Amino acid sequence: MAELTNIKKKIAYHPALLGGIALIAGALLVMADAGTREQIAERQAEDLRASLTQVVGDDVHDNSLLADTIVLHAPMEFSDNASGTTVYRARKDGKVVAAAFQVIGMGYSGAIRIMMSVKADGSIMGVRVIQHAETPGLGDKIEAEKTDWINHFAGLSLGNRTLDQWKVKKDGGEFDQFSGATITPRAVVRAVHKGLAYFHAHQAEILDLEAPHG
Amino acid sequence: MADYRQIMRDGIWENNAVLVQMLALCPLLAVTSTATNGLGMGLATTAVLLASNLVVSLLRNIISNEVRIPVFILLIASIVTLVDLGMNAFLHDLHKVLGLFIPLIVTNCVILARAESFASKQSAAAASFDGLMTGLGFTFVLVVLGGVREIIGSGTLFSHAALLLGNGFSFLDITLLDGYRGFLLMILPSGGFLALGFLLAGKKWLDLRKQDREAEAARRMKVDAINAMSDEEIMQQGEPS
Repeated sequence: MAELTNIKKKIAYHPALLGGIALIAGALLVMADAGTREQIAERQAEDLRASLTQVVGDDVHDNSLLADTIVLHAPMEFSDNASGTTVYRARKDGKVVAAAFQVIGMGYSGAIRIMMSVKADGSIMGVRVIQHAETPGLGDKIEAEKTDWINHFAGLSLGNRTLDQWKVKKDGGEFDQFSGATITPRAVVRAVHKGLAYFHAHQAEILDLEAPHG
Repeated sequence: MADYRQIMRDGIWENNAVLVQMLALCPLLAVTSTATNGLGMGLATTAVLLASNLVVSLLRNIISNEVRIPVFILLIASIVTLVDLGMNAFLHDLHKVLGLFIPLIVTNCVILARAESFASKQSAAAASFDGLMTGLGFTFVLVVLGGVREIIGSGTLFSHAALLLGNGFSFLDITLLDGYRGFLLMILPSGGFLALGFLLAGKKWLDLRKQDREAEAARRMKVDAINAMSDEEIMQQGEPS
């Protein structure tokens, strides 16, 4: 013990101790990361699959959505991935019947991630919020588990609604806002509308019209 | 030899991290919009406290006084990251609910305070026990605060408990007031401050009442003692102080 006290007095002891512990902690973290990375990726893929199943019913396609993807160039507001946004295509008998992709709306407290799917005819199949940080009890009514507000989007398209109708009622549109929360539904409506416009702009690529896909 | 009974009383009530030391108010107010969130955050914090107190206590002889604070923070941050990674991989559903709050635990000053004031001076067993008890005291306040805010704010209690504890606990999920329109203020952070204020006042009231009772009991004992003495004894000794 006396020996240790003497060593402790040396000035080099402190940086050596801090460095040593940093080294051990770093090594532990690297090991933990390596040990859990696969698991976490798997869980996240499961989450993605689950959110895709919510917007694209299992009965409308016969392929694996995760396996049939294209990455399209997209504005930053669509994805946090610089390389572009990933579009998941649902096929039946080789033909694309619907496509699902993620859009991001800026809500009251940060990004709202939305998974939406559009049928080949340009109408919305389903919309689900997959991640958000809106006020509990107010803004979280956009979740399908809380209210059925989000189901209002199904069947809408750029063709059957005018630009003015793509707004919350407060702004003269046809979507309900929630009492005490207007910013959240406004952000969702705007994001979904943008998503539809994006689908139309890239319809040919998304629907794989040029060449049949193997 | 550490007094385990005293550690327990201190951790849970008498020296409660929130009610007495006023630590960790930031994560406290951020997550207690529902009782379930409070419970989840409390349990995660308890796990980190237990582990960090244990590790700090085991290393207390080699940690030098001059660099102890950075070493503690390094240890705490590593443990929190390990918990975060582990939860993400093995308790993924729970992580989806609490994931946002886990990194916040690093900044929870209760953990650093316990490492500095207790674990760095005590045996591993006492330090672990202290971590557990302080954590449970913190959890207790989080659940009470979350419950109060949830009942007043949205008229429910333990909503989505099944997400945290598994489907076996879905019975905890109660809607107390059907058709309640909600009281927004209580869900927002300002409501957290209000509820916390009442909670602190409540604790103070209980403490003062206990103090009054003890003073009253002491006074009675003194009166009884005087009554039992004869006049001569009083003349000789004066009144017992």
